[in-house]
Amino acid sequence: MSETTTTTVLQALNAALDEALSADERVFLLGEDLADPASGVSHVTSGLSTKHGADRVLNTPISEAAIAGAAIGAAIEGRLPVFEIMIMDFIGIAVDQIVNLAAKARFSSGGRTPCPITVRTASFGGLGNGATHSQSLEAWFMHVPGIKVVVPSTPADAKGLLKSAVFDPDPVLFLETTALYGKRGPVPSGDYTIPLGRADIKRAGSDVTIVTYGRGVYDALDAATALAAEGIDAEVLDLRTLVPLDLPSVLESVGRTGRAVVTHYAVEFAGPGAEIAARISSELFGRLRAPVARVGGRYRPIPAAANLEAAVYPNAERIASAARATVGYDK
Amino acid sequence: MTLAQAVDARLRKGIGRGEFMAVIWPSRGQEAVAAGLTAALRPDDRLVTTYRGIHDLVSKGVPLTEVIGEILGRSIGASRGKGGTMHITAPDQGVALTTGIVGAGVPVAAGLALAFKQQGLDRVAAVTFGDGATNTGSFHEGMNLASTWQLPVVFVCQNNLWAEMTPIRDTMNIDQVVDRRLAYGMAGERVDGNDPEAMYRASAAAVERARTGGGPTFLEAVTFRFEGHYFGDQQKYLPAEELAAAREADPIPRYRQKLLDAGVLSEDDLTAIDTDATARVDAALAEVLAAPAPELTELEQDVFVDMEGIPS
Repeated sequence: MSETTTTTVLQALNAALDEALSADERVFLLGEDLADPASGVSHVTSGLSTKHGADRVLNTPISEAAIAGAAIGAAIEGRLPVFEIMIMDFIGIAVDQIVNLAAKARFSSGGRTPCPITVRTASFGGLGNGATHSQSLEAWFMHVPGIKVVVPSTPADAKGLLKSAVFDPDPVLFLETTALYGKRGPVPSGDYTIPLGRADIKRAGSDVTIVTYGRGVYDALDAATALAAEGIDAEVLDLRTLVPLDLPSVLESVGRTGRAVVTHYAVEFAGPGAEIAARISSELFGRLRAPVARVGGRYRPIPAAANLEAAVYPNAERIASAARATVGYDK
Repeated sequence: MTLAQAVDARLRKGIGRGEFMAVIWPSRGQEAVAAGLTAALRPDDRLVTTYRGIHDLVSKGVPLTEVIGEILGRSIGASRGKGGTMHITAPDQGVALTTGIVGAGVPVAAGLALAFKQQGLDRVAAVTFGDGATNTGSFHEGMNLASTWQLPVVFVCQNNLWAEMTPIRDTMNIDQVVDRRLAYGMAGERVDGNDPEAMYRASAAAVERARTGGGPTFLEAVTFRFEGHYFGDQQKYLPAEELAAAREADPIPRYRQKLLDAGVLSEDDLTAIDTDATARVDAALAEVLAAPAPELTELEQDVFVDMEGIPS
């Protein structure tokens, strides 16, 4: 076992970028306010321009299309750009570049023109910022062949997955969760990576599988604690990446427990959980002991008031309630 | 110019008489812009072009079988038929990207140039686009970024006076597209895009500026698009007198006459060039038509390097 240190998600992301910049001169960062002393709205890039130079950590104008386009051009020329779209809601300006150029580059060129960009962005939900600064839009990108989608939940995952994303030969959307930046946990030091496309069991259990990712992991773990007190043993499966999707691990877990709850902060209607629930249902139809349940964000613009915002998102109680229903279904 | 015209003409002829199916945006009339620009570029300089890019691709030296093969969707094409007219790349000849989204290539060219600068290379990125593209956000964002960072880019507006089916006078409240550079503190000039020598001189100056650290240049090349927006466009929107005036300025007969008048080439020389271009296009087309359609297994390749966990 390698040594571990306890850090926050924010520190783990910073360490991943620091190590990537040190490891390979092709890596560079670009985005709004990234350089010191501002070092971004969230300070994920704190200290990196001071250490690696202003030519490796580039401050850009407020120009999301140009940031993405410049990263794409540089990637086509063999660089490994990591660009930040400060808050995911702003990605609309850059979607044309990401979806129509980066995600298509390898395929439409018959493999001649790869485009290894990493898009770092953050879902700001839960902080009272309202409709245009809080969304979880990962389903938009899952729907486009050609771009990977990664959503870490823990400090160790944040570091290991971000390093894999930066060096992945294809475009990756790396979705951070602002509300999780302060979460602390052990992080292996040194050259630690986690391959994309491998789910992780965050809590083992035998009665029901809660399939989730990102912020949902913590609600699911809280729900599992509450359920345990009632004698229901829930497994919490953290997908970690949505594309590629570790369907074998999902099916293995749900095949064992016979019950599944899929939960996420993205809107439930036509959300990531719809796809996952459909896959589970069709692959495990004869073995499921209850219909697959979904607990997602309500189909509403995110409101600003704290009580209203909380009512839109999933929470431990809603997840536990869904899990209880699946356990009670065949009794 | 002759070769680009020959490819464009042969494709239109073949589609028109049902010899093969293809989707093209004809570049007839704009050949001098491409010829002048690409003559000023080194082979290792990069070009980003658009869906109306047949003349750009041919002028930059992409093999004819790759251009025609891709447009016809054959396995011999630049992207083995997976890209089509609007998505041709040819790294060996320096064509970094063809974009099907108006304006999208502008910031990408800035990124290519950024990579050159980071690597200490004296290479230059050029990007071509129509007048309509200069009304998009990507254009303005990319121009501003390239100028702010003083990147080695040459922005070339192929101003053919029509954006799809709407005239430039209905889509911008300025007389000259070149004025847009002023908002970004960028060098630039307006060029007769039907004069390949003028286009070459302006391009060479812009390329030299970029290559020697002088930053980006914006060129407005004024030209015309004889065949409309897409092949088959009846151009009902185009006044007959405007088309007639444009035909008077057709760059190809005009340049032929200039070469004859200057005694640079004879009628026989010009005929030989035309004959050679036609023969090369016919040979390439024959090779393309003999090539098979792409294998269905192409659908399993190039989505990602590693396809594990990727939906079918």
